[in-house]
Amino acid sequence: MIPFKFEYYKPDTLKEAFDLYDYIKGQGKTPLYYGGGSEIITMSRANNLHMDAVIDLKGIPECCRIEMLDNKLIIGSAVTLSQISESGLFPLLGQTAARIADHTVQCRLTIGGNICGTIIYKETLLPLMICESRAVIYGKNGKREVQINQIFDKKLRLMPGEILSEIITDSNYLSFPYVHVKKTKSDKIAYPLLTVAAIKKDNNIKIAFSGLENHPFRSREIESFINGENMSDDDKINRIIGFQQSKVLDDAEGSSCYRTFVLKNTLENTLKMLEKVK
Amino acid sequence: MIKISDTSIIELDVNGEKRKVVAEPSDTLLYTLRTELNLTGAKPGCENGDCGACTVIVDGWSVKSCIVLTVEMIGHKITTIEGLKNAPIQKAFVEKWGFQCGFCTSGFIMVCHALAEQHPEADEYVTEEWLQSNLCRCTSYQEIKEAVTSILHP
Ligand SMILES: Cc1cc2nc3c(=O)[nH]c(=O)nc-3n(C[C@H](O)[C@H](O)[C@H](O)COP(=O)(O)OP(=O)(O)OC[C@H]3O[C@@H](n4cnc5c(N)ncnc54)[C@H](O)[C@@H]3O)c2cc1C
Repeated sequence: MIPFKFEYYKPDTLKEAFDLYDYIKGQGKTPLYYGGGSEIITMSRANNLHMDAVIDLKGIPECCRIEMLDNKLIIGSAVTLSQISESGLFPLLGQTAARIADHTVQCRLTIGGNICGTIIYKETLLPLMICESRAVIYGKNGKREVQINQIFDKKLRLMPGEILSEIITDSNYLSFPYVHVKKTKSDKIAYPLLTVAAIKKDNNIKIAFSGLENHPFRSREIESFINGENMSDDDKINRIIGFQQSKVLDDAEGSSCYRTFVLKNTLENTLKMLEKVK
Repeated sequence: MIKISDTSIIELDVNGEKRKVVAEPSDTLLYTLRTELNLTGAKPGCENGDCGACTVIVDGWSVKSCIVLTVEMIGHKITTIEGLKNAPIQKAFVEKWGFQCGFCTSGFIMVCHALAEQHPEADEYVTEEWLQSNLCRCTSYQEIKEAVTSILHP
């Protein structure tokens, strides 16, 4: 049971949702967009979150679509993780989604909720970062399209009331060789100690991480070490560890030493796997 | 647009019947099923989306009813364990001893039933993925897996 009252709205259009948010906010109340609701419900139940209204995005057609259009894959923010993995349209994203929470929860979690929520891992972002995906944001002036790598800086930088409506990925990125590794402390279903997603494009490796810092990231420095010429894998990995070590997360899920150890052997395997493919 | 601001009477489609229930936006589906509709097969376990004891089927897919709002269910088809009438998985659980204390049983049966409906050809990998959504503190996992495998691959 959620221990407080709130209102429920399910608008049919992005404009209706945005206007509603604005209106409720204007009354001095707290509205929240609602995707799968799993984070909102679990945090409210524990009194860690309070809102006066939820605005369910699942009635908005743009937010619910998943389709290929003009060589672009468009995924609505209210599309669930299991819809993404079952569709088979974006294998790396599908594999990443299939390792978040458990299968039944994946039938509720939305990609928008995973990206916009407060839980730090946001694993679906990793494929989107390395595949140069774009976010469609709806706000005061209608829709705008922006690179995920620009708008995500530790968190998705949305203006108040803005809605993440869709995510667009060019189709050529969907078929590059890839690696996805998720390592957890003990159980298979758990938050990551480390999740790595990498692709190889034109002989260059693009790589992103979750669990290593308190937000997911892709780092140009790390990519420049990995793609540096005339260096052994050991040298590359040592340089990455040296660069990253002081920033590695240290918490109950895993100490920074342990996470660094996991990073080292995960990188070794990732590089080996991607070196084999052209 | 659907708008529900306070306690309201809404219509749900549960086990093939249209049922009117009194609900407020803050009610979870689990709460409404158990207290409004007296359908107590879905169990409150962790109430945090972890254990799966409250699993029901919505539009063919397994869902943890503790992390769904009742009002979200308007226009969707809900099936609870009470709505399964001699489904093959129920018989298989009995034959393979797929339970001990029974608290998690209805949740597991709903997951297995949804799997059999969605992926009747599911291999061992897919079956395990689905089963990992639920916890059985008596550790009947092996027998539960045997039960679902016996209906998927008789
Ligand atoms: C049991 C469990 C296990 C989990 N395990 C993992 C894991 O292993 N890895 C991982 O990365 N995450 C994990 N998570 C976190 C999960 O992905 C996030 O909690 C996510 O927010 C849930 O998605 P949702 O659709 O249910 O979000 P909601 O609860 O609907 O929303 C979450 C937040 O995002 C905002 N929001 C949602 N959609 C939009 C949008 N389109 N535009 C703007 N704001 C929006 C909401 O206002 C809210 O603040 C887990 C969560 C649970 C419950």
